[in-house]
Amino acid sequence: MRLISSWLVPLFIFFVLTAGYIRGVKVYDAFVDGAKEGITTVFKIMPYLIAMFVAIEVFRASGAMDMLARFTAPVLKPLGIPSEVLPLIIVRPLSGSASLGVLGNILSTAGPDSYIGRVASTMMGSTETTFYVLTVYLGAVGVKKSRHALPAAVMADITGFIVAAMAVRWVFGN
Amino acid sequence: MINAVWAVMLAVGIFVGLLNDQADAVTKAAIDGASQAVVISFGLIGAYGLWLGIMEIAQRARLIDALSCIMRPVLHILFPHVPKGHPAMGAISMNVIANVLGLGNAATPLGIKAMQHLQQLNHHKETISDDMAMLVVINAASLQLIPTTVIAVRSSAGSSDPAGIIGTTLITTFCAAVIGICVAKMLEKAIY
Repeated sequence: MRLISSWLVPLFIFFVLTAGYIRGVKVYDAFVDGAKEGITTVFKIMPYLIAMFVAIEVFRASGAMDMLARFTAPVLKPLGIPSEVLPLIIVRPLSGSASLGVLGNILSTAGPDSYIGRVASTMMGSTETTFYVLTVYLGAVGVKKSRHALPAAVMADITGFIVAAMAVRWVFGN
Repeated sequence: MINAVWAVMLAVGIFVGLLNDQADAVTKAAIDGASQAVVISFGLIGAYGLWLGIMEIAQRARLIDALSCIMRPVLHILFPHVPKGHPAMGAISMNVIANVLGLGNAATPLGIKAMQHLQQLNHHKETISDDMAMLVVINAASLQLIPTTVIAVRSSAGSSDPAGIIGTTLITTFCAAVIGICVAKMLEKAIY
């Protein structure tokens, strides 16, 4: 499996390149045009990322995030979610790198093969950095009214957090 | 919605920071956050350039058209407003495949490309369309088959079974995606 995934990208690029060349595409020109678009896209989303990162960093550094964690703790108990994974639940939708740090921290204190460690790993693998996705996708096209996108995405996250604990209990039986 | 979330996060952050006597930390966090965003953006340029470059070759070689023909029966259920043969379907197909394979740094530029195509079909340019919201929800649900990053973190934390969470992750991802899609379909009529 590991072999397949590491060969995937080079083989895919090779395939596209060969197919393009055989079909008479000016592959170099095409690549440059696409890459140009990539650069403008990044500059288009940059202001939105700045806005989002400032809010997230302030929220975290001020201690507001810890406060939120304390408020939500009683809600999680009945769902079988251990309170040790709470920081991960709070950080996961906001920042990919910060949540990786939190996961590493949970795994080293609780142990990667403990109930807590497995729940945290499952949560991390089955959810995304929702606010980052939302910021980037909406920012790139300049959409201002997001309608139901945020509630639906957040519901998917909440489902992921709850089901993660259930799935670990069901599969590993602890 | 995003306006409110952003304003509340920032305002509550500043307020709590002042209560906790963390004024300096808050100031530093604001500036650090802004520079972090710029550093990350510059890191993205390479990956975006690479993947959209390859995508452009695939597009001109008509590979994307072939792919969207294959994927259309499934994706049409989720994105009913994309007309047959529209380039949006090709970009959505590529984005979904990159997600499933766990190619995070390819999935996002391809997803943005799909958003831009969907924006052409959108009648109200400042308001998200049903199909665009669906794409956001699917991307927020993390559809990958093998959570490679998590497995790596587990293995470096000394796990005896780093890949053991693949099963639970798949179950969880599937449930989250289904709920996200259902909620999006339910709310798309309700919220305008």
